[in-house]
Amino acid sequence: MADAAPQADTAPMIILDKVNKWYGDFHVLTDINLNVARGERIVICGPSGSGKSTMIRCINRLEEHQAGRIVVDGVELTNDVRQVEAVRRKVGMVFQHFNLFPHLTILENLTLAPIWVRKTPKAEAEATAMKYLERVRIPEQANKYPGQLSGGQQQRVAIARALCVNPSIMLFDEPTSALDPEMVAEVLDVMIKLADESNVTMLCVTHEMGFARSVADRVIFMDRGQIVEQNTPDEFFNHPQNERTKLFLSQILDH
Amino acid sequence: MTDATMTAAPLKPATGPIQWLRDNLFASPFHALVTVLIAWFLFMSLPGLLDWLLFDAVFHANNVRECRAAGSGACWAFIGEKHRLILFGLYPYDEQWRPMLVVLLLLAMVGVSCMRRFWTKWLAPMWAATLVLVGILMWGGVLGLTYVENAKWGGLPLTMILAFVAIAVAMPLGVLLALGRRSDLPAIRAICTIYIELVRGVPAVSLLFMASVMLPLLLPEGMSIDKLLRAQIALIVYASAYLAEVVRGGLQSLSKGQYEAADALGLSYWQKQRLVILPQALRITIPPLVNTIITVFKDTSLVVIIGLYDLMNAAKASIVDPAWRGSSIEAYAFVSVIYFAFCYFMSKYSQGIERRLAKAQQR
Repeated sequence: MADAAPQADTAPMIILDKVNKWYGDFHVLTDINLNVARGERIVICGPSGSGKSTMIRCINRLEEHQAGRIVVDGVELTNDVRQVEAVRRKVGMVFQHFNLFPHLTILENLTLAPIWVRKTPKAEAEATAMKYLERVRIPEQANKYPGQLSGGQQQRVAIARALCVNPSIMLFDEPTSALDPEMVAEVLDVMIKLADESNVTMLCVTHEMGFARSVADRVIFMDRGQIVEQNTPDEFFNHPQNERTKLFLSQILDH
Repeated sequence: MTDATMTAAPLKPATGPIQWLRDNLFASPFHALVTVLIAWFLFMSLPGLLDWLLFDAVFHANNVRECRAAGSGACWAFIGEKHRLILFGLYPYDEQWRPMLVVLLLLAMVGVSCMRRFWTKWLAPMWAATLVLVGILMWGGVLGLTYVENAKWGGLPLTMILAFVAIAVAMPLGVLLALGRRSDLPAIRAICTIYIELVRGVPAVSLLFMASVMLPLLLPEGMSIDKLLRAQIALIVYASAYLAEVVRGGLQSLSKGQYEAADALGLSYWQKQRLVILPQALRITIPPLVNTIITVFKDTSLVVIIGLYDLMNAAKASIVDPAWRGSSIEAYAFVSVIYFAFCYFMSKYSQGIERRLAKAQQR
């Protein structure tokens, strides 16, 4: 993007500066300040309704923030559609409910954005798609429809679909919480492998604390629309500072 | 439950006609009663109907009096005498091969369009060429064909042209209106909502009447649109409002996640609609869409109120002849069979599409 000044490697990939958002009278996000470095892996957790999903959905403008600034790789999110499109080209997203397109085959799901948004030739887009399907270990499903796959397979396809546009940032919005328990591992494996093998910046809303320990550079705890605490996984899990963090961790870790 | 089936199953392996009767017609006292009532009704009505349709019907006669004298059944001789008036209206008798050719041409194009292997980039140009050809055949005035003004068009070709053009134009218009009614832009949303509600809130007859009487008043002095075009516009306006609401129903049934996934991938608004949303919404709405299309096809017969001689009105005109007075049942039965053939085909074809789509996605 010519309009975005070339970013030094040290400049943050994502800047959230005093971001505020309301749903009617409800204050979902309160003064969120967050800088995400290039290649950083962040896990965001917190009780339901704490605003964690809303926060990452603001980063590719699925939700609009009402005050403050959000800058993604040097492009500020404003009402300008071109700015929004520029940001979305850099950001891949994986949803809780996969949101694959049920009327398209797996391969067509993967090549849709490369062909129409990036104008990649079809053959090249399909080759790339097959490469990513192999990375998520389901190349044999390429010509099936999403409805014919298990939840875990669908979520792996969704990850591959997000990767096909070669994003520099990946957002994961509770990627495993709609899955049957036996399928959680296969999706987490793919995400861990992605973290190991690429330098993509990852923001992941999840309660999978094992994943947070093995992948995250930083764990963020949110409650009532605020970032309450953030730290390295070790410090976060072993020495939580805030009372609310302690309470939350005791609830999800001690069964 | 399992005990009962285990003991009962080996006892009655019987199949055959008696078992079939028992399973399907006499499964319970209530079934038996319904079966007997229906059988009685058929026994009472079918012979009379067949007598009227066939055995007592008269196929050759010179006028209605001869007909009634020759038999107590239907006077199909009337159809033999008047079918060209019903099928082609007031189109000059010697030139009626032209509308006939138009009907065959349109039917052939419908047949071609329904076959998957012709769904290529050539289909649209072929339809455009067909419409030009239809215009040349109907109007004439070129290639040695005599000119026939469109006030004389009538019967089946008129019905087909009105219905096809109305549906072909109203369908994309309806999709745009449905999208507009869900738009984020308040002005567009308001315009589309007002259009749909206004059109839907008045009877189709009054739309036709307004198009016929009021439209000329709104136009600048000296400019006029002919009656046929006015009727065509009214039908398009009417059909588009109904189709829009059907499509909107389909749009609403899609989950928010589909929109978000398309947005997150960076698709533009129109790419999102064309590639992700509409293919799914239209697929869901095939049954109500076809329902509306069938309604529109039949409602072309309302052009009678502004004096166009479509199939229905031509049938009405055919029974005015004093020599054949009193043949209205035959006339309406004849056009009903034609209408039914079209509508039944649409219904069957849409069922076929639904089956194929269902099969493609769930193996």
